[in-house]
Amino acid sequence: MRLTGSPGRWLIILPPLVFLLVFFLIPFAFAFKISFAETAAHVPPYTDVLQVTPDHHWRLAATLANYRYLLTDEVYGVAYLFSLRTAFFSTLVCLALGYPMAYAIARAPRATQSVLLLVIMLPFWTSFLLRVYALEGIIRDNGLLNTLLLHLGLIDQPLRIMRTNLAVYLGIIYSYLPFMVLPLFATLEKLDPTLLEAAADLGSTPWRAFLDVTLPLSVPGMIAGSMLVFIPAVGEFVIPSLLGGPNNLMIGRVLWDEFFGNHDWPVAAAVAIAFLLLLVGPIAIYQYYNVRQLEA
Amino acid sequence: MERRGSLWLLSALCFGIAILYIPILVLIGYSFNASPLVNVWGGFSTTWYAQLWHNRQLLEAALLSLEVAVSASTGAVILGTLAALALVRFARFPGRLLLTGMVNAPLVMPEIITGITQLLLFVAMMQLLSWPHRGFTTIVISHVTFCTAYVTITVQARLASADRSLEEAAMDLGAHPARAFLEITLPIIAPALVSSWLLCFTLSLDDLVISSFVSGPGASTLPMVIYSKVKLGVSPDVNALASLIVCAVGVVILSAGWLMGRAERRRRLETQLADQ
Repeated sequence: MRLTGSPGRWLIILPPLVFLLVFFLIPFAFAFKISFAETAAHVPPYTDVLQVTPDHHWRLAATLANYRYLLTDEVYGVAYLFSLRTAFFSTLVCLALGYPMAYAIARAPRATQSVLLLVIMLPFWTSFLLRVYALEGIIRDNGLLNTLLLHLGLIDQPLRIMRTNLAVYLGIIYSYLPFMVLPLFATLEKLDPTLLEAAADLGSTPWRAFLDVTLPLSVPGMIAGSMLVFIPAVGEFVIPSLLGGPNNLMIGRVLWDEFFGNHDWPVAAAVAIAFLLLLVGPIAIYQYYNVRQLEA
Repeated sequence: MERRGSLWLLSALCFGIAILYIPILVLIGYSFNASPLVNVWGGFSTTWYAQLWHNRQLLEAALLSLEVAVSASTGAVILGTLAALALVRFARFPGRLLLTGMVNAPLVMPEIITGITQLLLFVAMMQLLSWPHRGFTTIVISHVTFCTAYVTITVQARLASADRSLEEAAMDLGAHPARAFLEITLPIIAPALVSSWLLCFTLSLDDLVISSFVSGPGASTLPMVIYSKVKLGVSPDVNALASLIVCAVGVVILSAGWLMGRAERRRRLETQLADQ
């Protein structure tokens, strides 16, 4: 566009830049500030960190109490590690389930391929909340799974899945499976088939060729898919809240309760900031170096 | 070995697809159950669908959600297209790195954190500026924020692969840059705009966490109402509502996919004919 270098280009750049700055980035500054405040019994329920004294001087009334509380109250540490663990194992299962699916789609004929992709995409487009609710219909005590197993005489009494950690795992795997399949498919589809032919010509079995050629070459897709599952799973709220037991301590749920249950905004802000530093920070750094490496 | 491998792959694929679809199909089945008890089949009935029309709370929430989704996806498509244009067309400008970061960050940000931080902003803004009142406005703003990211990425990919020489030719022939954009570039990126609008629409319609934080008293979106109903236990009218939503979204997505596929094929055919 000829606008390059002219003031006119700011008409294109500024609206998204300003909007995201105000409504995405600056909120973190507010959260950061409020994480140093104290709870108060007025609206909004926190004290001002920057106070103006009667003689018109600024006074910093910051406290580290909220962060100290996060470190001393073990609920938060436990919840953080528990969320990481839940997300990690769900990601592994998604990978194990999603890899053969992606591989099968990548090897299917062209016309079938686009139909299969649509079949995988469709649940991703339909409501996440409603799909979690739909899963409840399968796994609850009098749900389809138990009815079926009882009917077949495989069990004498209903399996207790709802309100357990197993239900949370099932929920995450069921909800996030498409996120794993799509990037894996994208990588596997681009794989050069002549490499496999060469391996076969040189006498390797299909399984051997898969292990030595396909698997290493699909690592980028595995990483991309795992990130898409792992990151949202760590902060997941809906699944543990609807399917998990009362003592399931996913960090998203703890944060929600802190906010809506205890109305402790400063502590919730501190949890959000800590969470950001401990989860999103490392991922952002990783991606930054990843992109740099790809560009180099 | 080869055959056995294929058979194994095929069954893995079928298993995965079954996992994805069985719960939804079962839910639709339940929605036609005359009995309010979930484990008893009381015969086929559409009672629960009829009841939806008399549930004011659900209807109002559905209307609010639709209004929010239309406004948010339209806003996000405009902002996201501008951001994509800026990132693809202008190699360097002050704030480019910042814009790239802010466009990508919402994709990896847990919803709950975005929700809390935005609420804190809105509360502080209310104190300072007496605006915005929490409700429709704040929900739309929040949805635009996370939807913009999806639009930018989709449109960016389309713009990067588009042939710029057409636009340059138009400008060489004397077209104003804005006119060249409207007549040449816009039709090329139109499929990306349509699909990202649809994606934003469904993302906005489905959002529970962020809306719950930034909404105010009296403004409950459909997911918020559904969530509180589901939290209390299974209710047959939610089954009916859920089936309606799932089917509506399915029909829209399938027909949009079909229409866009057809348009794409026709365009390819036309270019082939033009080349001959």
